[in-house]
Amino acid sequence: MTMLDTPIHLEYTFTPGIAQSRFLRGLAEGRFVGQRCPVCGKVYIPSRGSCPVDGVPTGEDVALPDTGIVTTYCVVNVPFAGQAIEIPYIAAQVLLDGANISFMGLIQEIPATDVRMGMRVQAVWVEPDELGPTLASVKYFKPTGGPDAPYESFEEYL
Amino acid sequence: MSPAPRARRPVAVVSFAQAHNVRREDERNEVEMLMPVVAEVFANIGITKDDVGFICSGSTDYLVGGPFSFVTALDAVGVWPPRPESHVEMDGAWALYEAWVLLQEGEVDAALVYSFGRSSPGNLAEVMALQLDPYTLAPLWPDPVSLAALQARALIDAGKATEADFASVAARNRKAALSNPKAQVAHDRSVEELLGEEYVVAPLRRHALPPITDGAAAVVLAAGDTARRWCERPAWITGIDHRIETHAPGARDLTVSPSIALAAERAGVGDGPVDLAEVHAPFASQEGIVLEALGLAGAGGAGGNGGNGGNGGNGAGLSVNPSGGALAANPMMTAGLTRIGEAATRIWSGDANRAVAHATSGPCLQQNLVCVLDAAWEGA
Ligand SMILES: [Zn+2]
Repeated sequence: MTMLDTPIHLEYTFTPGIAQSRFLRGLAEGRFVGQRCPVCGKVYIPSRGSCPVDGVPTGEDVALPDTGIVTTYCVVNVPFAGQAIEIPYIAAQVLLDGANISFMGLIQEIPATDVRMGMRVQAVWVEPDELGPTLASVKYFKPTGGPDAPYESFEEYL
Repeated sequence: MSPAPRARRPVAVVSFAQAHNVRREDERNEVEMLMPVVAEVFANIGITKDDVGFICSGSTDYLVGGPFSFVTALDAVGVWPPRPESHVEMDGAWALYEAWVLLQEGEVDAALVYSFGRSSPGNLAEVMALQLDPYTLAPLWPDPVSLAALQARALIDAGKATEADFASVAARNRKAALSNPKAQVAHDRSVEELLGEEYVVAPLRRHALPPITDGAAAVVLAAGDTARRWCERPAWITGIDHRIETHAPGARDLTVSPSIALAAERAGVGDGPVDLAEVHAPFASQEGIVLEALGLAGAGGAGGNGGNGGNGGNGAGLSVNPSGGALAANPMMTAGLTRIGEAATRIWSGDANRAVAHATSGPCLQQNLVCVLDAAWEGA
């Protein structure tokens, strides 16, 4: 015998946790829900239930707008298995207004060459009947046309 | 053999906390489970995360199927400003060992050790099969109950134990668990009643199996005067050692545990009287093997185990698993650390003076850690 196949497949039930469940339920309603740390005041989205700096529960829900800025981004030019979007496209870290942590989002409605750090963006949601407890409820972020945020205003989030 | 290495620097278990052990945590994720446990382990002795210079955790990502869940778990502590931290893909008892070694170095005076195990997200029998040799064993998907049943059968065939012995171990542990508020399974049932249960995998009936548990635990270790400041009666670690046997269960005599015997010798179990043992024997059939290898068989409350007779130095005063042991709750990667915590708790309270805590890992007691806790530190 020269080869042995040992297929392994495990199935899991994912438990997002109390805080992240609030974030996911917010997405199903077309809104962003973060949580604030009672010690340092930072707003996390999505919150996993604790402030990673202070190690205390982030109990207080904070409704956040669906506008923010691109802190950093990359242009995806390389095709890969399972790719859902046509290349080139832009994967960006989006910092929502009022949040203290960025998360990954797609940027569209702008040529890849025109995307900038500090560019103001707004979420484009799927149709109301397509909303669900998933980040797929946000189709992508688009430029608002507003003035870019100065580098100093977001350098600590890079 | 060379003389056993003894602890050079006095290091003690000074605080312990554990989550309520449950079958299924429906709402909370790992971080949310851990946070109150970590908060409690600090609050018990009036310290904060800033008072520990090292953090070590034990867990396995296979349980929840989430890569790097041990990294996100650090959010439960809040490691800012950054500090030395480590993780073992093992029971938290081995994380405690790593922290103890670091404390021996003398640069740090206190450490936080924690572990967590949520078995409910997956199929535990399948997950546990993946810890086996990937070429010859894992492809057969042997589940832990079947492997333990082979071991139990070997004990019976060798005349070292009977099914009634297993039932007696289960009855005693689960009765003791009635006084453990964190226990998952606790009841007072007779050996006769337990022997009326159906086999799950012969010769193991339902009562001989550990529960499947979601849980978490944390311990604070401290050295010398720091330990004395935080704890009136520290549980000094006078010896700690861990040993492993071959990964091939078929190559072992499953009725004995040379790895426990060696670890016990190196940790100095026999150097003095033992009045408490918290042993990590997930299956009722395994407790007798553990106690015999520790040199504690036939002593005190451990009656009903076949064994080859006790150690003359350890007589009637021995209490075994007053917490109910792993038969009361068996959170993966956590139940071993919990044994050390439960033993330390009884040193602090004065119920015990010299305790042995044991942790196991792998199929059929393959890998074992033995820790001796003493209310007195020689020469202290
Ligand atoms: Zn904070």
